[in-house]
Amino acid sequence: MSTIQLRGVTKRFGAFTAVRDVDMDVAAGEVVCLLGPSGCGKTTTLRIIAGLEQASEGDVVIAGQRMNNRTPEQRDIAMVFQFYALYPALTVGENLGFPLHAERISSQERDRRVRDVAGKLALSHILNRLPGQISEGEKQRVAVARAIIRDPNCFLFDEPLSRLDVELRQTMRGQIKEVLQGLSKATVIVTHDQLEALTMASRTAIMRDGRIEQIGTPHEVFAKPANAFVASFIGTPQMNLITADLLRVDGTMAEIAMEGTTVRVPVDSAVAGLKPGRITIGMRPRALSLVSDARVQAFSAQAELIEPMGAETLIHARTATGDDIRVVLPRSRRVTIGETLHLVPEAGLTHIFDQTGKAIRA
Amino acid sequence: MSGLAARLGFARTSTAVDQAGWGHSAFAAVICLIYFFPVLVIILTAFKEHADALAVPAKLFPTTLFGLIPERLAFTPTLDNFVNVFSRSYSAGSEAQGTGFARFFFNSIFIAGSSVVAALIIGTLAAFGFSRHPLKGNDTYLFMILSTRMLPAIVVIIPVMLLFRVTGLSGTYAGIILLYTAFNLPFAIWMMKSFFDELSPDVEDAARLDGSTDRRVFFKICLPQVIAGLAATAVFGLILTWNEFLFALLLTGVETRTVPVAMSQTIGGDIGVRWGLLAAIETLFLIPVMLVTFFLQNHLLRGVTFGTVKR
Repeated sequence: MSTIQLRGVTKRFGAFTAVRDVDMDVAAGEVVCLLGPSGCGKTTTLRIIAGLEQASEGDVVIAGQRMNNRTPEQRDIAMVFQFYALYPALTVGENLGFPLHAERISSQERDRRVRDVAGKLALSHILNRLPGQISEGEKQRVAVARAIIRDPNCFLFDEPLSRLDVELRQTMRGQIKEVLQGLSKATVIVTHDQLEALTMASRTAIMRDGRIEQIGTPHEVFAKPANAFVASFIGTPQMNLITADLLRVDGTMAEIAMEGTTVRVPVDSAVAGLKPGRITIGMRPRALSLVSDARVQAFSAQAELIEPMGAETLIHARTATGDDIRVVLPRSRRVTIGETLHLVPEAGLTHIFDQTGKAIRA
Repeated sequence: MSGLAARLGFARTSTAVDQAGWGHSAFAAVICLIYFFPVLVIILTAFKEHADALAVPAKLFPTTLFGLIPERLAFTPTLDNFVNVFSRSYSAGSEAQGTGFARFFFNSIFIAGSSVVAALIIGTLAAFGFSRHPLKGNDTYLFMILSTRMLPAIVVIIPVMLLFRVTGLSGTYAGIILLYTAFNLPFAIWMMKSFFDELSPDVEDAARLDGSTDRRVFFKICLPQVIAGLAATAVFGLILTWNEFLFALLLTGVETRTVPVAMSQTIGGDIGVRWGLLAAIETLFLIPVMLVTFFLQNHLLRGVTFGTVKR
């Protein structure tokens, strides 16, 4: 069974801790994306799974077997590297056939499998070229083809699309997803691009400073971020996070003092358990609606910068207390610079975080 | 320029001249001639009679070109010198004898070749180790290896001679090959290490994940990427050992004498320095190194400019 389990994996480089106490389960056929800013430990985690780094603490279990003391070549893993790591002195065909060496199959069988996988990824016409003579997109496909030519325990991808241009990235994203769906293997993809993570993953793990902050389906991490960091990291444009005072909670309606006014917003029922005091309120730019006049639920801000994004317009506005608010409005709603906007947080889409940044949710 | 060349009917796809232009090419040709001139004189001298070789002004043309070139600047080429390299009579009227030069050429090729191959094999393996599995104090070891080349040869010659006498290596192939290998090793290790250091570690990680052992990674993945380094190291080592005179003079015997030593012993004799003969030996002596350099030139270009261009 193709599975990956990490149990309390910690990695220290001298005094620096790159990965802290990471627990993660990847089931067969599941694709988990490790997502996070640079230096958050996602690539180190991947290299620990691959055996290219040794965990300082904790266990790596692949296909039910503890792998801590196994070398990379004994782990039976296929990995796609960020810079593809094609073998420069071998032709594309030889690159594809390279992983089959250990399987002791006839050369006809090997050729057949090379041709099969080359056909699948549209590489048949370049089998005799050297990696230096093909395009970036082709290199990427060779790297993927070389990974899937075997039947490994699991797949690892390290920033697989980061070197491609936008158009190619979209095509490859679909292509990789399609290839992975047909294989039912445990797969881990490292990326810093949230769109990549959300589109390709069954579940996404958001990492910061070596810790997994939240692991969940793309829907969960977007709609129910576990803390303010995940909330700000997932979603474009970024969620608005504003410090405010919780005054009173009445069932699911909270009275919150923010931006010089008091607004009443519908919140999660768990917020009732919170003592009045400092909180952070999170509102996505698309979860704010514009009303024509000041009213009890609304707070106001002045439009400062207008960025048309095609179907929608992103507006940066500044509140009376100086907070920057991002609002996305449909293209049809024209806003001029300096205009005062009255904004109402949409019911059910407001997130409340306590002082430690943890989301308050039932 | 290429348009003119095309109309004149001798344009190929894209020649060096097309790219550089006629002016640059002519300039380069003049520079080349200046540098090559001494070698040219030696090669010409190899084909001259003894009297022609001594003539002033030098006779530079092997033909009068149907009278175009004055008689006193031309000579009639002869192959006598080349024949004399291998067998000649030592006094007037006596029977021609073998000079042993066939043996000396074999010695030079065998000794230089073996020591370069040995240095390449040992040096490449050592460099890979230094590059991939650094020891505690890696840099110190590397410095110590390099430091063996810091003393002038003349300083170490007496200890080496004593060592050779005690161990019985004096005058043997094994002795001189061992010594030349030791000469070439520091350079081979440093050079190859810099090539291995440049390789992408990801590629080796990938090979390892694809189920390769260290040995397979080395032979299948790393070695093919450093062929340019091997070629450059081989040529530098070859030139060094090919030209080596001092140690060869003192440590080789009659059987294992190399060409530079034998050549020095050819100087002198009944009619003074036989320039034609010496030039013939030198001309023959040039050929092996030129051939090796010629066949490795594509790799060499990348090897010697290595590190000067950021990839």
